Amino acid sequence: MKKTDREELLRCIDTTSFAVDDVILYLDTHPHDKAALEFYEKVSALRKQAIEEYTTHFGPLTKDMVKPTNKWTWINDPWPWEMER
Amino acid sequence: MWIYEKRLQYPVKITSTNPKMAQIIMSQFGGPDGELAASMRYLSQRYAMPYKEVTGILTDIGTEELAHMEIVNAIIYQLTKNLSVDEIKASGFDKYYVDHTLGQWPASASGTPFTATYFQSKGDPITDLNEDLAAEQKARTTYDNILRLIKDPEIADPIKFLREREVVHYQRFGEALRIVQDKLDSRNFYAFNPAFDKPKFK
Repeated sequence: MKKTDREELLRCIDTTSFAVDDVILYLDTHPHDKAALEFYEKVSALRKQAIEEYTTHFGPLTKDMVKPTNKWTWINDPWPWEMER
Repeated sequence: MWIYEKRLQYPVKITSTNPKMAQIIMSQFGGPDGELAASMRYLSQRYAMPYKEVTGILTDIGTEELAHMEIVNAIIYQLTKNLSVDEIKASGFDKYYVDHTLGQWPASASGTPFTATYFQSKGDPITDLNEDLAAEQKARTTYDNILRLIKDPEIADPIKFLREREVVHYQRFGEALRIVQDKLDSRNFYAFNPAFDKPKFK
């Protein structure tokens, strides 16, 4: 996969994750809101799917997602604050 | 328990350095209304919070503030990357550089070190939530002040995202305060500490 694919996938993870970040705050103070519960389910599934795809091609985003290889890929560049994304 | 995700909550991509602006933005890392104080405030307040909705919101906003701190750190990192000594001298960044080189240390724009006295954890849900509402407004004011000093859209873009989140958090804390007040009754008309003072008669 190309660098542009990586950027696109990361953008997809960022947007779906943000949707999750935002709706969970709303659900904390509106725990019975049916529309928000459905929205959470939808965006949470999209986020999981994007993370799974990213991890397969470009390396782990969390400690649980390090694929078995002969090298510890968790420490690979770039770290999030480095611009090469 | 926290799990690190190797990405920023909002992307930061700044192509030219600006140490003067870095020193100003640093206030939102270790200053009086910065993201470090915000995160520590909400995460510390959780233990005396008897209402599950509010414990949830303190946990989730406190966690998001950690991600905001990392965004601020990323902005500072990119604004100060590979600076030359001449650039450091010309920009006035020399007073920070002498103690920290290009490392990041939590302080305000004026150089005052981070301190726990920037926030309060009072063990009273109503007192704490009023502090939280004020904190979100103070952070929003600070981001507005920063945005008036910034012309570069690459820097302004993530700052605008952070400013917007203060507005949303203020809204959620307002709802949290309403939830707490709804649980008070006629025996606690003056809103004394509902986490500590138990009703004397029934």
